[in-house]
Amino acid sequence: MKTPVELKYAKTHEWVRFTSDTECEVGLTDYAQDALGDLVFVNLPEPDAEAVKGETICDVESVKAVSDVYAPVSGTVTEVNEELLDAPEKINEDPYGAWLFRLSDVSDADELLDAEAYEKHCEEEGN
Amino acid sequence: MAEKTPLYEAHVALDGKIVDFAGFLLPVQYPTGVIREHMAVREKAGLFDVSHMGEVTFKGPDALKNLNYIFTNDYTNLKEGRVRYGIMCYEDGGCVDDLIVYRRGEEDFFVVVNAANRHKDVAWIRDHLQGDVVFEDVSDQYAQLALQGPLSGDILSQYTELPQKYYSFIDTEICGKKVILSQTGYTGSYGFEIYCRPEDAVFLWETILKDERVIPCGLGARDTLRLEAGMPLYGHEMDATVSPLETGLDFGVKLNKEFIGREGMLARTNRHRIGIKITGRGIAREHYDVYIGDEKIGHVTSGTHCPYLGGAYAMALTDQAYEPGTIVQVEVRGRRIEGVVTELPFYKK
Repeated sequence: MKTPVELKYAKTHEWVRFTSDTECEVGLTDYAQDALGDLVFVNLPEPDAEAVKGETICDVESVKAVSDVYAPVSGTVTEVNEELLDAPEKINEDPYGAWLFRLSDVSDADELLDAEAYEKHCEEEGN
Repeated sequence: MAEKTPLYEAHVALDGKIVDFAGFLLPVQYPTGVIREHMAVREKAGLFDVSHMGEVTFKGPDALKNLNYIFTNDYTNLKEGRVRYGIMCYEDGGCVDDLIVYRRGEEDFFVVVNAANRHKDVAWIRDHLQGDVVFEDVSDQYAQLALQGPLSGDILSQYTELPQKYYSFIDTEICGKKVILSQTGYTGSYGFEIYCRPEDAVFLWETILKDERVIPCGLGARDTLRLEAGMPLYGHEMDATVSPLETGLDFGVKLNKEFIGREGMLARTNRHRIGIKITGRGIAREHYDVYIGDEKIGHVTSGTHCPYLGGAYAMALTDQAYEPGTIVQVEVRGRRIEGVVTELPFYKK
């Protein structure tokens, strides 16, 4: 399982890449894509949607099931990765390249985990 | 406590994702993933462990009479060496299970039933046996492998002669191991099912997988393949509340003979199983409601993304028949997506 150290993580298996103090990209972790299996559909949020930390912001579907994606922080959606609409498999192939959406006015980021803490969390969840 | 098939250790060694399915620990997929496993069966070959399936036998002078009374199909003219589908119904026409019957002799039949229904089926059959027949649950005496895909015949013919016709079988040996080999399957692709002794299962599994054209496949691909091929699954397209006529299995029901459930199913509603190709953005899944405009017409019984056809497809049970081309809407988590009624099967080899 890959867990890049420069990223932050939510316990709900989203990664966060800060591009400034108040802006970030959000995607699904390697652990998440592996657990979900082959992804076949991505339902992205609307641009300008309000993300509220811990609440469902969009969903992804694997062959097996639909899964909610939770906002790892609060903020406003500025952009969604439309490339994923026709190529959801990119999340499986390159989970840390395949960002889902970008947020501005980011807040509620205090509880994000670093890579080490996230790996430990996955280990505990797997047991 | 879930049971292990004889191949459990082999699945773990191959890093299969193990789940409890119908009381058996089986791989839902291997690291290759459902999509590649699905495509392997459509384009080359995939090997499945289906040892969880139940097997029962009917033998004796009244074996045929019992099959024809307890099952919906007519087995009178089934030849030795041939296989025929059927359904077992309650008096009210609801389904106990669906199954396939192998005629091994004039008075000797081998019947394969769904794993989850095995004990219920055995009890139901025992309650309805009549005359001179010996009925036995032989599930523990058999493991079962399914080799499915266009290359499966080439692969198996390295070891054995093959049953040449669809829904036929032979008794043969693969590397000295006795098997029943049938040209049957649950994927919609050309393929074979192999019934062997449990102690030979690992050897046969490993022997077949030595061929580089084959990959192991899990239950996930088994489900997407059967859905793509429009095949009903007990517990989804049919159950105790749905008759075989309602779910479109008329070909397996012979109304010109007496059998349990005949009057019950004739007294039922006009429900119908339809195929839907999803044309909107999203995936219709089991239990989602299906509408035409404001009117709810039924619910999805199975639905997912079909890898070979490259789109989302679903089967639904509706209040009546709808012509192919009819536009419907499926409610997916609070929003409606459009679909079009499409003839079944979606995929045909």
